[in-house]
Amino acid sequence: MAAINWGYGISKPRAIDIDRNNLRRSDEILHEMPELQSCIGCGSCTAVCTAGNLTEFNFRKVHTLVRRGEYEGAYELMNRCMLCGKCRLVCPRGINTRGVVMLIKRKLGDF
Amino acid sequence: MKRRVVIIGGGVAGMQTALRLHAAGIGSVILEKDSATGGKLRDWHKLFPTFTPASEVLDPLRRAVGAAGIEVRTGAEVVGLDGRGAVLADGTRIDGDAVVVATGFTLFDARIKEEYGYGIYDNVLTSADVERMLNEGTLSMKNGDRPRRIAFLHCVGSRDEKVCQRHCSRVCCVTGVKQAMELKERFPEADVFNFYMDIRMFGSGYEEMYREAQVRHNVHFVRGRISEAAPTIDGRIQIKAEDTLTGRPLRMSVDMLILLVGMRANDDNRRLADSASLTLAPSGFVQPADPFLHSVESGAEGIFCVGTVTAPKNVGETLAEAAAAADAVADYLKNR
Repeated sequence: MAAINWGYGISKPRAIDIDRNNLRRSDEILHEMPELQSCIGCGSCTAVCTAGNLTEFNFRKVHTLVRRGEYEGAYELMNRCMLCGKCRLVCPRGINTRGVVMLIKRKLGDF
Repeated sequence: MKRRVVIIGGGVAGMQTALRLHAAGIGSVILEKDSATGGKLRDWHKLFPTFTPASEVLDPLRRAVGAAGIEVRTGAEVVGLDGRGAVLADGTRIDGDAVVVATGFTLFDARIKEEYGYGIYDNVLTSADVERMLNEGTLSMKNGDRPRRIAFLHCVGSRDEKVCQRHCSRVCCVTGVKQAMELKERFPEADVFNFYMDIRMFGSGYEEMYREAQVRHNVHFVRGRISEAAPTIDGRIQIKAEDTLTGRPLRMSVDMLILLVGMRANDDNRRLADSASLTLAPSGFVQPADPFLHSVESGAEGIFCVGTVTAPKNVGETLAEAAAAADAVADYLKNR
């Protein structure tokens, strides 16, 4: 018998819990591309991003979440990137942002 | 007749001013309230951004003061001053032809930010504790274990109205990045997280050091102020913050929490200022006559100020300013 839906729910905790998150993949990503740590969160990448202007995709936020061990949905979001490379042209830290997209997709493809 | 300048404070500012005056043929007496010269630098390990041992700055200064035969009075606490001298706590008056105030700053007392648990939980340290422990070679957790995860918190006692310290202490950001690198070198297996509001890398080589901490030392930087620290059942420290760049609350447990304490004005600045009609800035630091052409002059006749008594500064800036102060004093004495 199907459970009756009373209209109540339990909110999932929104907090990033570093103790619970498995940082192994994040460590691997940073090991392969240490320059990603030098991100200063300026948002230039996201400001020029065509995908980001038309969809929910926010490159800065996704790679920051991945670095904190929050992998859920990251692969799907990274698929919105069209690899046009404008973000790489504007990054003041010289991060190979397109390489970051490919790396995150490769590491999290089976997540 | 040989002129004599009364210098209040025997830290790097006071010593360097005395040495530059000596080079200009002007004598001075240094009044130091502690038992030895050197001020805060005595307990400091290394200086950013070059990781120069503090002793490599302090020892040559002290040797030069000794070699120049500059009179140093230790244990001399000044309770009042004017343009012709200072009064010590025991009532003695030390006369001179000009006075240089080089009394420095006070480190913010981290216990006031009770929510971070300094003095309550083991393994909550201040940046000053870390320097001292690095000097002594004793840096570890209270039980002697090596920390696996370390968090630094920037702006403790800076940019915080709640503790009446609205100003930016400037040097703590750079110190936080420097110490993160030192700890990563000492404990390579540990993860290091720096919680910052803004990273203010204002000096030559500082930004480069910051980048090195990120890329070469893999130090994690999280933008957000830790709201509280609490003990976990296994004796670690749980911290909470907002990861403002992802817009999500964040929590984790750490083995060591290091509070980057700010530089605040000395409590007795008010008493000294009242005795000599000096002006204090809202931050409590002594306000120079103007920030450009008269930055080492107090505005009161014959009284000069140098170093961190007027604002937070690093060691290099203080040393350079001391040369400017000595120059201004020499000018004043010549024209008098």
